[in-house]
Amino acid sequence: MARIGVFICHCGENISATVDVEKVAREAEKLSGVGYAMDYKYMCSDPGQTKIIEAIKEHNLTGIVVGSCSPRMHEATFRKVAEKAGINPYLCEIANIREQVSWVHPKSDATTQKAIDIVRTLVQKVKRDSALFPIKVPVTKTALVVGGGIAGIQAALDIANAGHQVILVEKSPSIGGHMSQLSETFPTLDCSQCILTPRMVEVAQHPNITLHTYAEVESVSGFVGNFDVKVRLKARSVDLSKCTGCGTCWEKCPNKKIPDEFNAGLSFRTAIYTPFPQAVPNKPVIDREHCTWFLKGKCGLCAKNCPTGAINYDTQDEFIDLKVGAIVAATGFDIKHTDFFPEYGYGQFKDVIDGLQFERLASASGPTGGEIRRPSDGEIPEKIVFLACSGSRDKAKGIEYCSKICCMYTAKHAMLYKHKHHEGNAYIFYMDIRSAGKNYDEFVRRAVEEDDVHYIRGRVSRIYEKNGKLIVKGVDTLMNAEPIEIEADMVVLATAVVANQDAESVAQKMHISYDKHHFFAEAHPKLRPVETNTAGIMLAGACQTAKDIPDTVSQASAAASKVIGLFSADEMTREPVIAVVNRMMPPQFTTCTGCLLCMEVCPYHAIEREEIKDRRTGEILKVAAKVNAGLCQGCGTCVAFCRNKSIDLQGFSNQQMLSEVMALLNKPF
Amino acid sequence: MSEFEPKIVAFVCNWCTYAGADLAGTSRTKYASNVRIVRFPCTGRIDFMLLMKAFENGADGVIVSGCHPNDCHYTSGNFHARRRWIVFRSLLDFIGFDTDRITFSWVSAAEGNKWASLVNEVTDKMKAKGPFTDLDKLDCSKLKQLHDETITE
Repeated sequence: MARIGVFICHCGENISATVDVEKVAREAEKLSGVGYAMDYKYMCSDPGQTKIIEAIKEHNLTGIVVGSCSPRMHEATFRKVAEKAGINPYLCEIANIREQVSWVHPKSDATTQKAIDIVRTLVQKVKRDSALFPIKVPVTKTALVVGGGIAGIQAALDIANAGHQVILVEKSPSIGGHMSQLSETFPTLDCSQCILTPRMVEVAQHPNITLHTYAEVESVSGFVGNFDVKVRLKARSVDLSKCTGCGTCWEKCPNKKIPDEFNAGLSFRTAIYTPFPQAVPNKPVIDREHCTWFLKGKCGLCAKNCPTGAINYDTQDEFIDLKVGAIVAATGFDIKHTDFFPEYGYGQFKDVIDGLQFERLASASGPTGGEIRRPSDGEIPEKIVFLACSGSRDKAKGIEYCSKICCMYTAKHAMLYKHKHHEGNAYIFYMDIRSAGKNYDEFVRRAVEEDDVHYIRGRVSRIYEKNGKLIVKGVDTLMNAEPIEIEADMVVLATAVVANQDAESVAQKMHISYDKHHFFAEAHPKLRPVETNTAGIMLAGACQTAKDIPDTVSQASAAASKVIGLFSADEMTREPVIAVVNRMMPPQFTTCTGCLLCMEVCPYHAIEREEIKDRRTGEILKVAAKVNAGLCQGCGTCVAFCRNKSIDLQGFSNQQMLSEVMALLNKPF
Repeated sequence: MSEFEPKIVAFVCNWCTYAGADLAGTSRTKYASNVRIVRFPCTGRIDFMLLMKAFENGADGVIVSGCHPNDCHYTSGNFHARRRWIVFRSLLDFIGFDTDRITFSWVSAAEGNKWASLVNEVTDKMKAKGPFTDLDKLDCSKLKQLHDETITE
């Protein structure tokens, strides 16, 4: 038999000024199941809490209702009080008679009646509350970082430096990501590789970091603290333990005409190659799609010439299973290429290039050794036109968003060109200059004022070739929308930042939600910007949205701090307000029919298919839904969907909600 | 004769509308005291048969309110509720239920004033409509007989 205690707070005069609190307590005492009721000036104060504890002990109460302020205010306080008095904290309910009664209604009988109704409702609810116990989930203190660009590198180093094991998985043969391709970085004009490569080496040498390059995540299952990850180690054809990285193999490789990804297609590489001289690990890989051995079954020059016998054509993809507690997704971004723009020649004009190609031209490690020369004939261009917002903020092209980094890098490109070639002319067509950031606007001003870069506010409608020149037809909207034509030697498109081509499948593998552009979705745009909706999976860098390096590094450190927080205890505690599927004696086992509609609607992938088997024969007796307590967040969407009420939400059960509705309307239940 | 005071049951989510109603309190915005709130974790949790239970037991009007689209604490619960409401409403329409007695709304945690005016609006509307008696008019004797027979069997 329930013995509920009801405690009505005056909240000084906040409640008692409009609600007849004594009457509420008197009425509550009459309710069936109520063993004790009282009112007091400040329930949350120390003497108030003591009164509750004493009453629970003296009257042997089985649950309490506190009529006070909003549960958002003091639910935690009063649950602790219940716990101190020896009853389960989840057997405490708060009747909100301040924010939703005394503060919004005038002093009247109707107001007091409303308070009585609310208290009655919560008494009905608490009678049907069951004792709940916080869910303890063990935590595997190893983190997986997916993606070895600057975001992944930063996150991995931060987590590793905090003393935890990190496994870094990178799909290309070397870590470094896009940042390793950049020439100099805005707004300081630091050489990108000079600041990045020491970090790459630190990753390779860190005792807490295990690095898997040329590897991809195959599947992720499990839940926060306990993920099971399968990783595919792609066949490298080179034994990393034997290889010394001497370079004989790629010197001997006869297949020398493969477009070099690292140089954005501006130069060629061999079939056995290291992506760039500072690669980590600095050891080659065979590109099987282009290698003559794999295409025609002969050649074998690299194996013949390798001084250590490190080359093995027979290696196969390997799979490894990892157990990790948290995952940081740092899979990066891509850019649109020049072939996306019919109006600018579909990528067919050799001297119309994208921003990343310009970075390679301007980089000391690039195909021209840092001299800015046209791809078509290697001449130094006298006039370069830069087009900001190529594709970005263009609804017609399906990209409504701003790519964020282009205003800054276009200013940087123009500046670098002018620094290397003082006589040259740089024109920038722009829509708006968005240079918010520390020292960013100053940087753009410098381009205009010190380096004499011509900014033209307007769009370019067309680019075509004429007498070896690129004719750029645009408009200057600040000069009465006058059409202008520039004869350029080279055009650089600041093309839109987009999600990786495989972002959607990666997101699906890792259970990360994503937006229509396939950028990964954070749990809350403002208050939880680095977590995803799947507990234990964090985001870092441009896989979430277009970001510059400072923002990427900040987010990576933030993601790392979330992981370190998660790893700070051996077990993590979760709220027990979760859904459960009922279970009963055989032969019924459960009323669940296994339709698994709940599985479809669960936003957290917390529902699994369970096969109930005969213990002796292994025969499947029934298929039912099963809630993973580690993943469930307690929204209850499954409960409303369940066709035969087999799944229920602890703390907000079907019985409780119905009893609340009945009690509100003062009907027996 | 005193004025008719409708009973209004509000099914609200914990994260947006319940917090919005709290904000109306902290900003001392006055509104009609006819409303009684049932707190759910999410509008996606609301079983719409409960709305019917409320009407069956004397409610004159019902409010369902949660987070605005895309603001759901649980990502998509409010979308499920919205879909369910659209289907449920057409079913109610079909059986001749007065769907004007159910108000579906979004009230965020920052919209205390919207909550107050929503309650006032619905209260005025239900006052104008008068008590809900449609279900009383139904002849349920046969159903009851059937029910009793099943029970006794």
